[in-house]
Amino acid sequence: MAQIHNDKSGRPIVVVTGIGIVTSLGQGKAENWKKLTAGESGIHRITRFPIEGMRTTIAGTVDFLFDERVAAPNLSEKLATLAIEEAISEAGIGGNGDFPGPLFAAVPPVEIEWPERKQLAEQVPNRPLVYHDLLGAAATGKFRPWHQRFLFGSVADALADRFGTRGQPISLSTACASGATAIQLGVEAIRRGECDVALATGTDGSVHPEALIRFSLLSALTTANDNPAEASKPFAKNRDGFVMAEGAAALVLESYEHARARGAKILGVLEGAGEMADNFHRTRSSPDAKPIIGCINRALSDAGVTVADVDYINAHGTSTPENDRMEHVGFAAVFGDHLKNVPISSNKSMIGHTLTAAGAIEAAVSLLTIQNGRIPPTINYNIPDPALPLDVVPNVARDAQVNRVISSSFGFGGQNVCLVVAGEPA
Amino acid sequence: MHDDKRPGQRDVWITGIGLVSSLGEGLDAHWAALNGGSAPVTDAERFAPYLVHPLVKLNYDQQIPKKGDQRQMEAWQRIGTYAAGLALDSAGIAKTPEILGHTDMIVAAGGGERDFKVDAEILNDLMVSNDWGRSLNERLLSDLRPTLSLAQLSNLLAGNISIVHGVTGSSRTFMGEESAGVDATRVAYSRIAAGQSEIGLVGGAYNAEREDMLLLYALNDLCMTGSFRPVLGDEAAPGIPSGSMGAFLVLESPEHATARGAKPIAKLSGVWSERARRTEDGTVAATVSKLLATAGTASGTAVYSGATGARGATEAEGEALKAAGLPVRVLANRIGHGFEAQFPAMLGLAALSLSHGAAIAAAPTSALETAQVGPLERVVVTSVGHWRGEGAALVEKAG
Repeated sequence: MAQIHNDKSGRPIVVVTGIGIVTSLGQGKAENWKKLTAGESGIHRITRFPIEGMRTTIAGTVDFLFDERVAAPNLSEKLATLAIEEAISEAGIGGNGDFPGPLFAAVPPVEIEWPERKQLAEQVPNRPLVYHDLLGAAATGKFRPWHQRFLFGSVADALADRFGTRGQPISLSTACASGATAIQLGVEAIRRGECDVALATGTDGSVHPEALIRFSLLSALTTANDNPAEASKPFAKNRDGFVMAEGAAALVLESYEHARARGAKILGVLEGAGEMADNFHRTRSSPDAKPIIGCINRALSDAGVTVADVDYINAHGTSTPENDRMEHVGFAAVFGDHLKNVPISSNKSMIGHTLTAAGAIEAAVSLLTIQNGRIPPTINYNIPDPALPLDVVPNVARDAQVNRVISSSFGFGGQNVCLVVAGEPA
Repeated sequence: MHDDKRPGQRDVWITGIGLVSSLGEGLDAHWAALNGGSAPVTDAERFAPYLVHPLVKLNYDQQIPKKGDQRQMEAWQRIGTYAAGLALDSAGIAKTPEILGHTDMIVAAGGGERDFKVDAEILNDLMVSNDWGRSLNERLLSDLRPTLSLAQLSNLLAGNISIVHGVTGSSRTFMGEESAGVDATRVAYSRIAAGQSEIGLVGGAYNAEREDMLLLYALNDLCMTGSFRPVLGDEAAPGIPSGSMGAFLVLESPEHATARGAKPIAKLSGVWSERARRTEDGTVAATVSKLLATAGTASGTAVYSGATGARGATEAEGEALKAAGLPVRVLANRIGHGFEAQFPAMLGLAALSLSHGAAIAAAPTSALETAQVGPLERVVVTSVGHWRGEGAALVEKAG
């Protein structure tokens, strides 16, 4: 009996029993799935702050949760809260602030923001002020709650309080692969037998002026501002950068044995995860794609499957010239001729690059793809890039039986993570 | 509580340590300073009224040979990359691509330093602007440097370690102050114990000599001000004496280490992470007592305490340590408090002490610092986060 609960390597099978999603397309799985399969874009002109002088003036911000400006950790916390509420409600476990497992939270790095700095500066009598004067303003005790709010562990800490997860939550960052790393950590903990259930989330609500400008200075963002919905064009020849975006996803991960024992509906299996760091450059991939290839191979090997078993690739597909080219090189090397039979699409064409949250959101969408037998398209694919001969599911969703998906995530700092996601065990 | 004693678990060895702090660079310098009876190295002037333990002067070229790499980092990343290099040297795996290619890295990190001059100039502009949103955009667009943006990303300490030292098995960064250090170590340890990993590099770095971090803690009146006073001394919680430091460990399965002829410095026998509900009285002391009981208090055990000096948490930890009755060494009184890096630094010092068979010399600054009688067999390292999160590890004599 125990064997059916273990994978080929004798480890506990890890299943997903709850999913929650929030993006610029809306709140909840139903809304997001409807729009993702309709090829709708959530990208729009930024209204949260003045955009005068900005090279990029569009983003996939989530604007329907607060009427006024809030600090990034407040928005990240709210997004994750909504995603987790949906996931645990679906899973039917861990409600009422009593979740029976640990929390792995991919959260954006935190720092005090300009509106707070300005308030501190207003307390300083002398002009011109120097930075040290702000410490005196901080010491007035007028801004005490900011300490807790701007700690690096702040968002996960608040989530742990709210959902009653077990032990100290883990706040993690592997840049644009963070959401996938959160899931990987949960899978590993269940495989080690540390827990039967774990909560993995990735959240990002950090579109603010300095964040936008920082990515702009790295030449990472598209400047195709005129038609926001058409700006993110993964794999297209005219792709010219990513669109910053916000959102969150959460997965309830559970050992197969535990899920079956309580009669939970199983939404999919986290069969494997692979990672490999790249030491070529801080923002660029090794030109031979060896780390990407190694990462994909390790994920397949961890899952105990081969390329022939993969029906669909949920691409990182950021719409930067570099990422999409290297992703093609990597998958072409691993899949060989078989790649032409495997559709590969990018959710980022519609929701933009949700950065810290992307790996989690795209794993969640991968599960919905399997569940619904329908592949979300890569929109804005009007000028194919002959250098990237891929079936990107151009512009229109496609019905297809999908049993197994690779979801890839690649980030600055040489971060590469791939997940292998499959349907319910037969 | 995460149980490390399930059947089928492997031992985990500490086979490399890299440490830099206000006391010096490397293990020998630390051992000499910690047993020489000298006063801690502090600076109460530079960031007055805030006291810091400044980092010893390092020749970064020795571990980060390319000036271009050094320019792409700021102090926090340079400190960490340097200490990571020392750990790889200590383990004998530096410049061995066949091992570094499967070395799993977990870094406990905060974030990068602001450009204080630029921030102040922008604020001075904003204070006289009648359209501050627009002025902010203009100034940020002209004043921010792309390299600084990268230096501020939390995961770029790990990224720089990959680039400079070639550690590429995997790369994960945990954030969240003291607990990041505890959980980075716990996950690296657990993966090796469970057979999910063979060798790992784990650690962190903290640059105390920066005003943005002092500001964060000053907001809630948590920093040590004025002259140096010992933590868990007459005044139990005198505030946090921030300390610059970088600390990395190489953890390894005995099979992997033996195959390459490496010997353990000490054995890491357990790492536990907890989270008391601090809104309820007595929970922190009870959690620390429970952690100490789990780690065990057999004879030959000393406690290396990570008490931060922050009010509330520190007194509670002191209460639990007093009740345990073991000889205690308060590390903040020697190297200051390095947040994410503190736990790895203490583990390094615990392993170093066990390799010498003796605890570091007791200091008269705290009544908890009783003499260690007989050979040192075990060190329990504690961490009670200044705000959240409790943890402990057990380090034992090898062999």
